[in-house]
Amino acid sequence: MVESTIRATQAVVTLDVPIQGIIWGSIITVNMWAKSIGTGVVFLAGFLWFRHNKEDMPNLRWTMPLIAFIALNIFLIFTLVDLHQPYRMVNIFLHPSWSSAITWGSWLASLFLVLIAMLMFISIGEKFPGVPFKGCLLTKFGRNNSALYEKLMPFVLFLAIPVTMYTAIIMAQSSARELWQAPTEVMQMIWAALMAGSAALIFISGSWTKEARKDLALVLTFSVFFSFAMYMSEYFFSFKSAEAEAVLAFVHSGGEYNIKFWIGMVLGFIVPFFLGMSHMKSENMTLLRFAALSALVGLFLVKDVWLKIPQLLALS
Amino acid sequence: MKLGFLVDLNLCMGCKGCEIACKVENEVPLSTWRLRVKYIDVGVFPDTSRSFTPLRCNHCENAPCERICPVSALHYLENGIVNIDSERCIGCAGCMMACPYGAIYMDPETNTADKCTYCAHRIESGMMPACVVACPVEANIFGDIEDDHSHISQYIMEHRGAVQVRKPEKHTSPTHFYVGGGNQTLNPLAHQRLEGYDLFNKITHLDHVGDKNHGILDRFLAPFAGHDAVDNASLLASEIAEESHEQEGGH
Repeated sequence: MVESTIRATQAVVTLDVPIQGIIWGSIITVNMWAKSIGTGVVFLAGFLWFRHNKEDMPNLRWTMPLIAFIALNIFLIFTLVDLHQPYRMVNIFLHPSWSSAITWGSWLASLFLVLIAMLMFISIGEKFPGVPFKGCLLTKFGRNNSALYEKLMPFVLFLAIPVTMYTAIIMAQSSARELWQAPTEVMQMIWAALMAGSAALIFISGSWTKEARKDLALVLTFSVFFSFAMYMSEYFFSFKSAEAEAVLAFVHSGGEYNIKFWIGMVLGFIVPFFLGMSHMKSENMTLLRFAALSALVGLFLVKDVWLKIPQLLALS
Repeated sequence: MKLGFLVDLNLCMGCKGCEIACKVENEVPLSTWRLRVKYIDVGVFPDTSRSFTPLRCNHCENAPCERICPVSALHYLENGIVNIDSERCIGCAGCMMACPYGAIYMDPETNTADKCTYCAHRIESGMMPACVVACPVEANIFGDIEDDHSHISQYIMEHRGAVQVRKPEKHTSPTHFYVGGGNQTLNPLAHQRLEGYDLFNKITHLDHVGDKNHGILDRFLAPFAGHDAVDNASLLASEIAEESHEQEGGH
């Protein structure tokens, strides 16, 4: 239990109702994790196409929207699953309240998914004319409007920024949880997207040039380093509020969240950093793939801990 | 008009009459509370004292729950009450994450968020909230805080130096005030909540949020599978089946 009592008073709760347990649990972690992949691959694709010729990453044109589409659907399904009244999700579109970051996020993420779906239909239609079946109208539309891909891509890239960040604003609007502060959470979401995006693309980069893969390793290494630095400074030096301090003191004292946090740190940040560095020095694709897998697993663990620990606090 | 609440903790004797009245008036399901009275023991035997703190929604003027609600299910009434429309609520629990006072719960019967509304339905009919009526010592004072002649305004003026709100640092501007409270009663970080058995019952965490009798899949099937059949009686039956008398603490 999280509290920091004044020892002299010996004040103890002797009768009360049970406090609420964890409200936003691992379903929300999956939501954030999948969204990081979905927007991260878009960032990375934009970066790689800016730096390299398209021929250097021959499959990126269709794999990027495909990965993003799958990840975003996981993200949206888990969002829906977490609602206690899933069918009323439609109320966000029928009765939106624009003061809520949840509303903004739902609208932006939905639009983003539509654009990603269009990119996917275009690229899959070009690459695999018979998929999903011969005469499919969607892929036929994509094939016939191939030039639309390049026109849509800048909007998709731009939209990926607020779609990545809005969860951090939801967390900031969750004013009962002092550990989540807007500036750090926004940056953590961006680093997480770069981490997850580069890690996801590493798995499909077998046919890419060495330089392109080196860039993936570079982004992974940089993002895990900066994200790690931010987590460490938050974990050890978040003294701005009594509540955040009490939560962190509880985690520092040991227990399952402490263990999970440090396992996540090692897997998600420390291991990928050194493996990414070594890849830039001497290319080893197997180790880079291991770094990517490790980053994705570690990111999930750390996000899960960071989501749950402020919810251990008794609010009243 | 802005309705507000004041609890004089010097008068409160912890009878829980307000808690029961609220439960009955609003048909608050088992395992959830709109209003609760918390007992806190201070000191070391034989020099000890017990304080009682009724806790309910603060109906903040700058309510984080109203701000985060994506569908305006939480909304202001003209009299300042932060009301909730359970027909519109999507059950995202954003309000539960935003409320710094932990005053919002997920109703296990409707699977929507719910909270104290200062008995808005009674006020509409010119009556006082149920908890005010039930209080035998008139520790609950309710009225228009914008009217200088109202009982609550005059009470605040009388005790001006001793009037407190919970967590002022959150900048929520609560319209719920306390007289006679201290840090050890109003600040949840200033008293210890022991794990395990306490004075009367086992106080730990709730294992569930919302309807524990229905899993995630049931939320999707609910409109077709008679989800509304769950009520207090079925909740009670399931709890009895799950836990033995001894496991519950022998209360």
